[in-house]
Amino acid sequence: MKILVNGAWRETGAVDLAAALQELGYGEAVVATALNGEFVPAGARPGARLTDGDRLEVLAPMQGG
Amino acid sequence: MLQVYGTELRSRLFLGTSRYPSPAVLTAAVKASRAQVVTVSLRRESSGERAGQGFWSIIRELGVRVLPNTAGCHSVKEAVTTAHMAREVFNTPWIKLEVIGEDDTLQPDVFGLVEAARILTADGFEVFPYTTEDLVVADRLLAAGCRVLMPWGAPIGSGRGLNNLFGLKALRAHFPDVPLVIDAGIGVPSHAAQAMELGFDAVLLNTAVAQAADPVRMAAAFAQAI
Repeated sequence: MKILVNGAWRETGAVDLAAALQELGYGEAVVATALNGEFVPAGARPGARLTDGDRLEVLAPMQGG
Repeated sequence: MLQVYGTELRSRLFLGTSRYPSPAVLTAAVKASRAQVVTVSLRRESSGERAGQGFWSIIRELGVRVLPNTAGCHSVKEAVTTAHMAREVFNTPWIKLEVIGEDDTLQPDVFGLVEAARILTADGFEVFPYTTEDLVVADRLLAAGCRVLMPWGAPIGSGRGLNNLFGLKALRAHFPDVPLVIDAGIGVPSHAAQAMELGFDAVLLNTAVAQAADPVRMAAAFAQAI
């Protein structure tokens, strides 16, 4: 299936958010996730099922004012 | 000593971490400023570059408190979601709440701000709302649960100083016991000194230091000004 990751379409075989992060190469990176505009806490990622067309946001610390 | 949400701070300068010439200059400027609180943000992370991971290690090594912002959020929903993401990543209930209402001046959408503040406070956040000097909005933000207010001096990045002295003095007089932090618009150390003279509790600035010809000396100058 295809999901939109940070605005770019990606093909994935992962069934849940935790698996998708591994597959996409985020590994142990410090990131926060939102699926279709809803925050998904790290602990809930294994239970967050993915479906075709989902929008995933993966955010990390950056400089800010 | 300044107290915000039960935390005592010796420094009355909050410093932004954006737009420095290099990470080394950022580190030196934070140290020279003696700031104990720096603002940070979130952005999309590419799995290849992992730029955010490097930045986060630099900040952690500085040993300062972080105040994450919701910069770039134009709606209540976006701001609330971003706040939740920031709380997890930065492991703090503090959030500098920005709901942008106007793109040219980055003026806050005060209606959305009050609503988002209410939602986040109810969810355990300690909200630092980026607001205007409007008294009624300030009152609503306090009613929404905010215990600190951050009125602008002037639009973000403008360096115009304290644009509405009458309004800011009125705000200070109306809320003598609420920590008030001038956020944005501070261009030079004398603006920061003026904010302190008017009785404000602290200032938050970024561009004036980050984009100075010598950010480290400018950071030290701000530390002296307050």
